[in-house]
Amino acid sequence: MIQRPALLRLLDEVGTVDAVGVEERAAKFATRSIKRESKRFGLRLAASMVDLTTLEGKDTPGKVASLCRKALRAHDTVEVPPVAAVCVYPTMVRAAVGALAGSSVRVASVATAFPSGQAPIKSRLAEVKAAVADGADEIDMVIQRGAFLAGDLVRVRDEIERVRDACGEATLKVILETGELETYDNIRAASFLAMRVLRPGDFIKTSTGKTSANATLANHQVMIEAIRDHYLASGTEIAMKPAGGIRNAKEALHFLVAVKETLGDAWLNNRRYRFGASSLLNDLVRQLVKQETGAYQAPWNFTENAGGY
Amino acid sequence: MLTITKTPKCYVGGKFIRSESGAVYPVHDASGGFLANIPSCSRKDLRNAVEAAAKAGPGWAARSPYNRAQILYRLGEMLESRADEMAAALACGEQRASAGSGPGAADEVRASIGRIVHFAGWADKYEQVLGSVNPVASPHFNFTVTEPMGIVAVLAPEEAPLLALLTLILPAITSGNAVVALASESRPDAAILLGEILAVSDLPGGVVNLLTGSREGLIDTFATHEHLRAVTASATRAEATTLQQGAAESVKRVVLHDPATDWLAADHESPWPIRDFVEAKTVWHPIGA
Amino acid sequence: MAPKSKKAKNAKKAKNADNSKTPKDADKGGKGDRGQAAAARKPARELLFGDLWEFDPAPESADPRIEESYGLFINGRFSAPKSRKHFTSVSPRDGAALSRIASAGKADVNAAYLAAARAFAKWSQLPGRERGKFLFRIARLLQDRSREFAVAETLDGGKPIKESRDFDLPMAAAHFFYHAGWADKLDYLAPGRRCEPLGVVGQVIPWNFPLLMLAWKLAPALAAGNTVVLKPAETTSITALKFASILQDAGLPPGVVNIVTGAGDTGAEVVNHPKAAKVAFTGSTEVGKLIQRSLAGSGKRLTLELGGKAANIVFADAPLDQAVEGIVNGIFFNQGHVCCAGSRLLVQESIAGLIVDKLRDRLAVLRVGDPLDKNTDVGAINSGEQLDKIRELVQSGIDEGAEIHQPKCRLPEKGWYFPPTLFSGVTQSHRIAREEIFGPVLSILTFRTPAEAIEKANNTAYGLSAGVWTDKGSRILKMAAELKAGVVWANTYNRFDPSSPFGGYKESGFGREGGKHGLLDYLKLG
Repeated sequence: MIQRPALLRLLDEVGTVDAVGVEERAAKFATRSIKRESKRFGLRLAASMVDLTTLEGKDTPGKVASLCRKALRAHDTVEVPPVAAVCVYPTMVRAAVGALAGSSVRVASVATAFPSGQAPIKSRLAEVKAAVADGADEIDMVIQRGAFLAGDLVRVRDEIERVRDACGEATLKVILETGELETYDNIRAASFLAMRVLRPGDFIKTSTGKTSANATLANHQVMIEAIRDHYLASGTEIAMKPAGGIRNAKEALHFLVAVKETLGDAWLNNRRYRFGASSLLNDLVRQLVKQETGAYQAPWNFTENAGGY
Repeated sequence: MLTITKTPKCYVGGKFIRSESGAVYPVHDASGGFLANIPSCSRKDLRNAVEAAAKAGPGWAARSPYNRAQILYRLGEMLESRADEMAAALACGEQRASAGSGPGAADEVRASIGRIVHFAGWADKYEQVLGSVNPVASPHFNFTVTEPMGIVAVLAPEEAPLLALLTLILPAITSGNAVVALASESRPDAAILLGEILAVSDLPGGVVNLLTGSREGLIDTFATHEHLRAVTASATRAEATTLQQGAAESVKRVVLHDPATDWLAADHESPWPIRDFVEAKTVWHPIGA
Repeated sequence: MAPKSKKAKNAKKAKNADNSKTPKDADKGGKGDRGQAAAARKPARELLFGDLWEFDPAPESADPRIEESYGLFINGRFSAPKSRKHFTSVSPRDGAALSRIASAGKADVNAAYLAAARAFAKWSQLPGRERGKFLFRIARLLQDRSREFAVAETLDGGKPIKESRDFDLPMAAAHFFYHAGWADKLDYLAPGRRCEPLGVVGQVIPWNFPLLMLAWKLAPALAAGNTVVLKPAETTSITALKFASILQDAGLPPGVVNIVTGAGDTGAEVVNHPKAAKVAFTGSTEVGKLIQRSLAGSGKRLTLELGGKAANIVFADAPLDQAVEGIVNGIFFNQGHVCCAGSRLLVQESIAGLIVDKLRDRLAVLRVGDPLDKNTDVGAINSGEQLDKIRELVQSGIDEGAEIHQPKCRLPEKGWYFPPTLFSGVTQSHRIAREEIFGPVLSILTFRTPAEAIEKANNTAYGLSAGVWTDKGSRILKMAAELKAGVVWANTYNRFDPSSPFGGYKESGFGREGGKHGLLDYLKLG
């Protein structure tokens, strides 16, 4: 029997995406004008959805502890809700767990040989288990993009399942690394591939933030439309996390508008939606302060590395 | 020994017919002697001719441009092979004409053959002149192609009964339209013979339908028949008014020629008359991987 | 041995994969996420488009600079109408009066034609490069004042500010820019022929894209060397009159463009004036036929851009979310006041339910209301008269048994508004499938095969535009070839460009606007 390649069979099931059309749609979200109280609401909501992230070779327990303080209380005077999670490398999980004990802020850890995923499955699974054992509430894994592009979808799905099982009670976030999948068809197919083995409340996530191609409104749109279709077909509610490149409040609001108008109100909370970002929180706070005081704020009060200019 | 005469018939749907009404009108030779009874086509004949054109048109339009070119060229060959006979038919009508008789029979046949050859050559080229790829600002591929309109009505003038008739028919059929034409009323001789030539030209029956009869009696039906998508004529102002008023009911295209037109003139030979009987269709498609 | 064991391993994996499906997954079968699952979908799985995050009003605040009163723009300056008549232009947004507009009578139209005829000699003899420079200037000046014009357009016509700002104004400027460049290149337009201007052109434009239609008409006419008498639609004259000030600022010679305002009577004077060498009309098929009739025997050239009842055809293999977006853009763009609106949706039967569901979810997030609000997607209906017509046709759809779907939306209390409306279960014979509604109302029909889709799509006296959505390239080209329409949008809808010819087959009119095809219709071949 002639069998079409697995990716084409999957696309037959889930449908394809027209690139120009989805980019036009995405551009429309960016024309929404969010003012006054709706802006304040959106900024606070976005802050509560941040996975405050540090993924540097130079990370130390001290730096992570400092990040955790910011996660809990981002500003001295203006009320900013705590972020959703702090996201670190597995070696930093213990430091984060210690710093966040007793708070609502969860500890997330990238694992599975982040960001390339190029390590034997055994060691990737061991990494996941170690992070969970150290107290991680959430695991951010990467898929095997090479295997996906080569058409070995079974392997990609199998590995997601095994990581899911290794997570135990921890929430799983599956990073598709959309920039390396390159086409919207691939992003849609990979979203379904992952979602079909995920549990309600697990995430699909755009990017590692470690490549030049990050979350865009268009690839985000493809993924949230996939989440919507999967939900309507199966009843399973998968959560979404764009990551990488979302640096300012205005962009974050555009992403949230897309969520509001595609998935609806049920996804406008940090159980169903996160922003993976290291510097976004700074700008959210800066804009919130501006909303309170009416004055545009200089950057240096809100970020550690704004430079001296 | 008495020679037998040929009964003049119209050419409709690839068949030679007389009017369903049975009506005829006589034509005479130069000395006033009886020559023949010409069918005086009725409104119903016109309707039947439109039906025949509607049947043949889609197949003709679907022929490859190269095939249409060869068939039109074949029409030229057929006319060439009967050039003397056609010249005689034209001369017959010419003697009958009161004044301003036109180019002269032999010249008219030569010019007609030339015109057929000219348009035969356009069949697989005019699209490259009339169509376009349009450089739109958005990420879309955008092109304009032309398509035949459908059935085109032709009202030939009294003079130059072959050349003018062909000059009006050829641009329409080159692009794949089908034609219902009314021949010169006073000089139908050439059109009758043209029907016989068309019949052996490989042009599918029904693509060109030739009627004879009263211009005044039929002009209103030509104007108002909604299945006719365009009408072309050399028309007086009064006729133009009738045609355009009738055409308005179905937003029909009307292409008029000045009655003073020199039918031999070179400007009848270009792709621009073809443009009069095509619709421009523009297609958009996104460009994305 | 090795290959065998690998195969066995793969088979095991595949089995595992199957087992891993959740029970909910399992019940939807192999083709779950598209057509078939839709039929089995549980009603409980609904998306919640509520008020958790309401947007505050975001009104555009630029000053539209609308005068209290406008005269007629004849021979380069504004003058009081000889008719001494005026009418009031109101905003469909809230019914408020915006300005007092002159109503041109016979003598006024005659004065406009005389001015245009006087100007023609010099304008047509001006080197093409110089004519082009005037058009370039106009394009630039329009860009300069784009926001001001967008607000005026929205106030006067009711379209959402985001459309007037992001579509009408940029596109109008683009038309002048594109045609400006043609003015000194007419020799390259028709190989073998010399192109010559026609003379004075009378132009009558509609109310749905007031300034953009003005640009579509004026730019090619002027580039070709003609002079113009233009009549905007009665309900939307303001941006045309504001545009006159741009012509003054650009230093356009007096009489080259004359703008006469008024209702149908004024329009009749414009099209029937003996000095008109050509008439160009965009509007309803009904009025187009009247004009064609009244011009019979006059020797005037005529181009008509009339109504439509476009089919937007969606095959099961289409990129569905983009198709839904295209359907929405096709019928709700400019409140459906678009002659090429995709008002008949033809959906392949196997995905009809799914498409209706997706459309309902999409409609739930369309923001209907104050057109001046930057977040408004569907604005005000252009006039009370048009609103009545829409209501009447929608009622006929209900009476004839089609199923109506409207999202919950709060419409403003003042002004003229109508919610986005879908009708499913529509058949070819329903009035809502045959008549042009010119409002935000979509009729949904189904088909099974490409031939059936073509037959249904072409079963209309109109032939302006069509849409087709499918992933299969050869099918697109086949459909595009068979659809009797002047514009075919494949996997997109309602796209426009100055270089792209626009115009219809059959009773949607004749002639084209845009590109070299449109320009040729403003010239005679010498």
